Amino acid sequence: MRLLTVGIVLTIVLAIISLFVGVSDVSLGALLSSSAEDRPMQVLVMSRIPRTLAILLAGSSLAIAGLVMQMIVRNRFVEPSTAGTTESATLGFLVVTLLAPGWPLMAKMIVAAMFALAGTALFLRILRFVPLRDVLLVPLVGIMLGGVIGAVTSFFAYRFNLLPSLLAWSMGDFSGVLRGRYELLWFGLAGTIMAYIAADRFTVAGMGEDFTTNLGLNYKRVMTLGLIIVSIVSAVVLVSVGSIPFLGLIVPNVVSLMVGDNMRRTVPWVAVLGAAFVLACDIVGRIVRFPYEIPISVVVGVIGSGLFLYLLLRKRHNAA
Amino acid sequence: MLRNLRWSRPTIVLAVLALVALISVVCFMTLGARGSWDFIIPFRGRKLLGLVLVAYAIAISTVLFQTVTNNRILTPSIMGFDALYILVQTAIVFFLGPQMLSLMNPYAQFGMEVVLMIGFSWLLFQWLFLSEGRSLHLLVLVGIVFGIFFRSLSNFMQRLLDPNAFQVLQDSFFASFSTIDTTLLGVALGVVVVVTLVLWRMGHTFDVLSLGRDTAINLGVEYKRSVVIILVMVSILVSVSTALVGPITFFGLLVASLAHGLVGTSKHKYILPAAALLGVIALVGGQTVFERVFEFDTALSIIVEFLGGLVFIILILRGAAR
Repeated sequence: MRLLTVGIVLTIVLAIISLFVGVSDVSLGALLSSSAEDRPMQVLVMSRIPRTLAILLAGSSLAIAGLVMQMIVRNRFVEPSTAGTTESATLGFLVVTLLAPGWPLMAKMIVAAMFALAGTALFLRILRFVPLRDVLLVPLVGIMLGGVIGAVTSFFAYRFNLLPSLLAWSMGDFSGVLRGRYELLWFGLAGTIMAYIAADRFTVAGMGEDFTTNLGLNYKRVMTLGLIIVSIVSAVVLVSVGSIPFLGLIVPNVVSLMVGDNMRRTVPWVAVLGAAFVLACDIVGRIVRFPYEIPISVVVGVIGSGLFLYLLLRKRHNAA
Repeated sequence: MLRNLRWSRPTIVLAVLALVALISVVCFMTLGARGSWDFIIPFRGRKLLGLVLVAYAIAISTVLFQTVTNNRILTPSIMGFDALYILVQTAIVFFLGPQMLSLMNPYAQFGMEVVLMIGFSWLLFQWLFLSEGRSLHLLVLVGIVFGIFFRSLSNFMQRLLDPNAFQVLQDSFFASFSTIDTTLLGVALGVVVVVTLVLWRMGHTFDVLSLGRDTAINLGVEYKRSVVIILVMVSILVSVSTALVGPITFFGLLVASLAHGLVGTSKHKYILPAAALLGVIALVGGQTVFERVFEFDTALSIIVEFLGGLVFIILILRGAAR
């Protein structure tokens, strides 16, 4: 518990740093001496605070989505970007942008979430053909399924001359976050809270269908709830900031090494560490090539795939 | 059953494939041609040469890589080799600086890239394959994640170099068969010819190598030496194809699986030419169809990725069911 407090304090410190990093000068002195209409204050309210909030929300909810997914698929190595979920959400967003460009963002997000749900359901369906549930085969099939869905998406994007915008959406990047453009991410917080409330159910569901039914829980219903949380979070993050690969894989695995697999205990950890990790990566991305920015998905991609390799090649991988 | 044994199934398949390949080449050169032939022949000829070289390089490198690793699912590009080439390319620019590079001859640069590529892919191979007790699925997954890692790392370095050139940098991650880098065509041709000669001289060992390490050693093949040579050649071929068109993950897998399915034997005498011819048919024929009939341009690489991904999922699920 004390450690968790340290984690929370660390996240708050990072969040405060994040408020003051950027091209436009926003220092504490400038803020105190300026009135509400001045430039530093405006930058803070319009850009920095929304950006930091978006990072906190996206980071924690994506990490939670990964955790939920790992529980219901019963595999350590799945998360939205290794199960075709992110790619399906991208396809859905592209389809709705093509067919109904005038719809509000909220409606587009719902369509993307439906596609994400369908894509994840397809993934689970394919997994039924994997008889022994080979631990490594599951993410392998997921990544490939994502590749196939991604090819369909780029085909249509190419056909309708949307390839550059597709690349822009799917590249996770917080630099475009302003007030009024991130609020959908609060749905991610709702997902996190839902995951916390249903944590015990997911823990039980993680032990298998027979065990769950024995304990008097409706296995199907728990699975559906989990899938809905994962799909909504993936769609919301994709629509607001783009995709952030491997986040949902790295954070829950690190937490599971630290505190084990009881989801009631791991949910707060995963949420806090997810937020802190994305904050740190975003700050790095903003500082390395100052005054330019390196998008978060590139930074997380390097660190995330590196850590994933480490998890895979550890001598004794005690995978699920 | 065919009475005449000289016309066995593999021979017929090869003959048919050669014919189809020839037809696609002719169509590629002639369809929709307007204007003077003096212009068209060198213009399309150069593109054709590029496509044929890429098809050949990918097909041969994939089949031989599968022979060495003793496996029909692994291919150099699935193991991240072409992403590695892009990383090497980026790293050279990153550490030497763009100014230094503009002074350098493109051939010298390509040579340096190939040498580094051979070194790194050998290390990667050594590390992944020669340590004991790693399952196939772990290897494939690690290879794929290595690919993602190399790609993110090159992306990161390219952004450090020039944050504004976003669009330009995206190009190097997206394969395109319609814009082939023609400056390297000559040297690529030379390299491919040399590689072919080297492989030709050791061709008799391929069938034995595909029986596995222990059997190959028992039958008197210098296992380690042969594997090293083949791997070096594979790295060179991957460098050639990636330098010409960019990374294509599944083309090799597609071509090699089709070749195995059509020819029905695993003798390299038949598999290698069949894979190369299939590659030519897919690239030249496909490009003709897309350019002339549907008027799409880069769509071919997207469709190759789509089909290849499906084939991969099917192969791996079938393997799991067994």
